[in-house]
Amino acid sequence: MKQVKKRKRQAKVYKEECAACGCCVLVCPHDAITVYKGLYAAVDESFCMGCGKCVKECPASVITLSEVTA
Amino acid sequence: MKKHRYDYLWIFSLVYLILGFFNILFAWIGLLCFFIPLFLSIVTGTKLYCNRYCGRGRLFSLIGGKLGLSRKKDIPPFVRKPWFRYGFLIFFLTMFFLMLWNTWLVFSDARSLKEVVTVLWTFKVPWHWAYRGSIFPDWAVQFAFGFYSIMLTSTVLGLITMIFFKPRSWCVYCPMGTMTQLICRLKSKGGMKRRTDFDRNRI
Ligand code: SF4
Ligand code: SF4
Ligand code: SF4
Repeated sequence: MKQVKKRKRQAKVYKEECAACGCCVLVCPHDAITVYKGLYAAVDESFCMGCGKCVKECPASVITLSEVTA
Repeated sequence: MKKHRYDYLWIFSLVYLILGFFNILFAWIGLLCFFIPLFLSIVTGTKLYCNRYCGRGRLFSLIGGKLGLSRKKDIPPFVRKPWFRYGFLIFFLTMFFLMLWNTWLVFSDARSLKEVVTVLWTFKVPWHWAYRGSIFPDWAVQFAFGFYSIMLTSTVLGLITMIFFKPRSWCVYCPMGTMTQLICRLKSKGGMKRRTDFDRNRI
């Protein structure tokens, strides 16, 4: 049987310039994003559905959606 | 998403700003917004205040997000660069100490009480209606005018960037946010290297 690799979109944070404000956390419908020790936002790949809500919300615009092979 | 009681803390920020129009002495309450964030990040090593309790951030989300008073455009990239954020923090702290100095001058009788609120560090707005004498010494009243000026200035700046960029743009360069993140950075140094994976401390 042929294995079909699914492509899915995931949020990615550019940590170096993340303000750790947590605005992204408040809007994520899947609880996939947390602020790690007040330093930067970290996305949990197994929860992120790539909906892009955090991307729209992030005031610093440091989140992007990128395609990953799952 | 479940609603929490702290989701309504924007009311606190709004009431604070309004009270300053009626009696300047209420400005003293604003010190809470200074000490609580610092205290929380020193104790917990997180930006718990920003991430959960900050009323101002919530107020911007509400006005810019729900009420739609924001263009929701990307902020110019330089605003999120460390040199700008730390630079703004230093500028802000300098202005803060200048305010303390003015309070000291009134305390030591070198200057008399000035009933003005300075907006954006430039515009002196007469504010005498918010003070009709009290049992408090003049220096305490001068501090209230000075502190309220800082709170109002940062709100005005925040509102301007809210309109032009994303609702919570202020959070990118907010001095309290920069300061608490700096505390977290200092606290996690050393500890970071030993860690192999994230502990999902949900907020
Ligand atoms: S909203 Fe943006 S700047 Fe704020 S914590 Fe999330 S990724 Fe970082
Ligand atoms: S893309 Fe959607 S699911 Fe993924 S972290 Fe952002 S808000 Fe959450
Ligand atoms: S960055 Fe400033 S305004 Fe934003 S949540 Fe933190 S303390 Fe509040």
